[in-house]
Amino acid sequence: TPKPVLKVIVANVVSNCFCQPPTSARGQQQESHGDLRSLSSSLFIIILHFLYEVMAVHGPVVKIHPVVLASIVDSYERRNEGASRVIGTLLGTTDKHSVEVTNCFSVPHNESEDEVAVDMEFAKNMYELHKKVSPSEVIIGWYATGYDITEHSVLIHEYYSREAPSPIHLTVDTALQSNKMNIRAYVSSQMGVPGKTVGVMFTPLTVKYIYYDTERIGVDLLHRTRASASRTNGLTTDLAQVASAAGRVQEMLSTVLSYIEDVLSGKVMADNSVGRFLMDLVNKVPKITAEDFESMLNSNINDLLMVTYLANLTQAQIALNEKLVVL
Amino acid sequence: MGSLKDSAVSGSNPLDSPVKQIQIDGLVVLKIIKHYQEEGQGSEVVQGVLLGLVVEDRLEITNCFPFPQHTEDDVDFDEVQYQMEMMRSLRHVNIDHLHVGWYQSTYYGSFVSRALLDSQFSYQHAIEESVVLIYDPIKTAQGSLCLKAYRLTPKLMEICKEKDFSPETLKKACVGYEHMLEEVPIVIKNSHLINVLLLDLQEKSMVADKHELLNLSSSNHLEKSLQLLMDRVDGMSQEIVKYNSYCRNLSKQQQQKQQYLQRRQQENTQRQSRGEPPLPEEDINKMFKPPQAPPRMDTLLIAGQVNNYCQNIKAFTSQNLGKLFMAEALQGHSS
Repeated sequence: TPKPVLKVIVANVVSNCFCQPPTSARGQQQESHGDLRSLSSSLFIIILHFLYEVMAVHGPVVKIHPVVLASIVDSYERRNEGASRVIGTLLGTTDKHSVEVTNCFSVPHNESEDEVAVDMEFAKNMYELHKKVSPSEVIIGWYATGYDITEHSVLIHEYYSREAPSPIHLTVDTALQSNKMNIRAYVSSQMGVPGKTVGVMFTPLTVKYIYYDTERIGVDLLHRTRASASRTNGLTTDLAQVASAAGRVQEMLSTVLSYIEDVLSGKVMADNSVGRFLMDLVNKVPKITAEDFESMLNSNINDLLMVTYLANLTQAQIALNEKLVVL
Repeated sequence: MGSLKDSAVSGSNPLDSPVKQIQIDGLVVLKIIKHYQEEGQGSEVVQGVLLGLVVEDRLEITNCFPFPQHTEDDVDFDEVQYQMEMMRSLRHVNIDHLHVGWYQSTYYGSFVSRALLDSQFSYQHAIEESVVLIYDPIKTAQGSLCLKAYRLTPKLMEICKEKDFSPETLKKACVGYEHMLEEVPIVIKNSHLINVLLLDLQEKSMVADKHELLNLSSSNHLEKSLQLLMDRVDGMSQEIVKYNSYCRNLSKQQQQKQQYLQRRQQENTQRQSRGEPPLPEEDINKMFKPPQAPPRMDTLLIAGQVNNYCQNIKAFTSQNLGKLFMAEALQGHSS
């Protein structure tokens, strides 16, 4: 794999550039130092950047479903007194280039300054139970709330590497240290000179959010609880839903219209790509002659009206039947 | 939970039950959606257990876990054991482990069945406030979440307890198909931290809104709904035929009884006039055994199901009519 090779290269470059050249005149030394230093630092930066890109591409992309994050937040809210963070197992499926996290469960653990204890029996049991429902999900890693990766994390990660090949470690910052809930994923890799002290480095991975269609709709509904003060929201009736969807489209249309006005009056520079999208949009409204459209519309409306009539008739029929029996 | 049993269930107000409102956590909604999406394709139903607690007259559902499907190699699978283990484990991580109901997915709204009735009855018998959540994935895929909560009415509970489904008891209790299940309003609640999470997700994920709700095509859905409706109406007509034949048999038998009694009377008077002892009274009931009254529960269920289908169809058509009128307005401007 290119990863360790690149790391060795970096180590070599760094050691070569930053160690003093053995014999030179003093003035030359300083100059060469300066040159070399700036050269080496820029080289170092370039290589680091390259490494980050390469590593981010070589590591699997982590795709998370929102149900996992909601579960993590919920277990954080229910943590025991005195526990500063919660950990748990991540379940999902792996692919050649990506890892899809679809489920998780929390595992009780105790953490103090110098030791950490995880209830592994519990983790195994829960995994067995979950497997009965979805046999295709496997352990792909573990999560922890909190911002940093501590030494205890390394130990826990080691345990999980016994359960799964190259486990993913997910951190969710529920304490909102940077005013945001940072969700990061890491994969561990060995670091250091082989043969001597070996350490573990957590390399970051790209995180994407993935939804099923129905999940998307569910999450949209959940978004609306943000608006109300009591954080609650009822489920709307049918026509009201169509009305709200139409309202949303109307909002979008008004935004686009205001943008167009700005461009026309010269306030904003015209952007060709946006213009092309606008043309697509206008052309999407199908051009149908008035009579054809009338007939299509009428036949559709007639279908729906007939079905409504049938449904009402059926309901009246069974109500009658009910009354007759009771007589 | 115990104190709520004191609240009177008079039965006059249809929603005069211990549970007036259901409050669901966002997490439960997401879990149910995920469960159906992954494990239940086609017309199979997926089921699971709801956990939560009861607060005043609200039922709060805070978590849930799914039940595995009943597949081939499940001879030695113990549902009760699975449930017990799951609840014990969840208690370790401070999740509410009180059983408050169960959920089920449905196919085009066909969930009013004997199985559901039995399950819900056993739940409600054990835990008074339990509900069944029906999740309709097909309607949800059409644009907005369709989740409904039902309970059995107290009258129906009484009847199920007696297990007596003959027409007379049903007539006495005045239970019609509309009074079988009562719907409880649902409210979704999220904690502050989850709201923060949702904000974060909205920023990061650029998944475009599909606007499924404004989709104009309706024939597929209508076809399937109507087909299911027709099946049920067929079943209904069979039940009606059965009941009618029972009524006819009963009345015929009454007639025969009357005739027999009359003949007996005549013979007795003849014998008396001749001076012979009258014939002994025979047990009429043993001679004319009354026909078996058909159980009315199935009819009730079918009627309830047909009603449900009709309601769904009407809601669907009203939505589509609205959309068609909007499309007309759109065309009207350009033509």
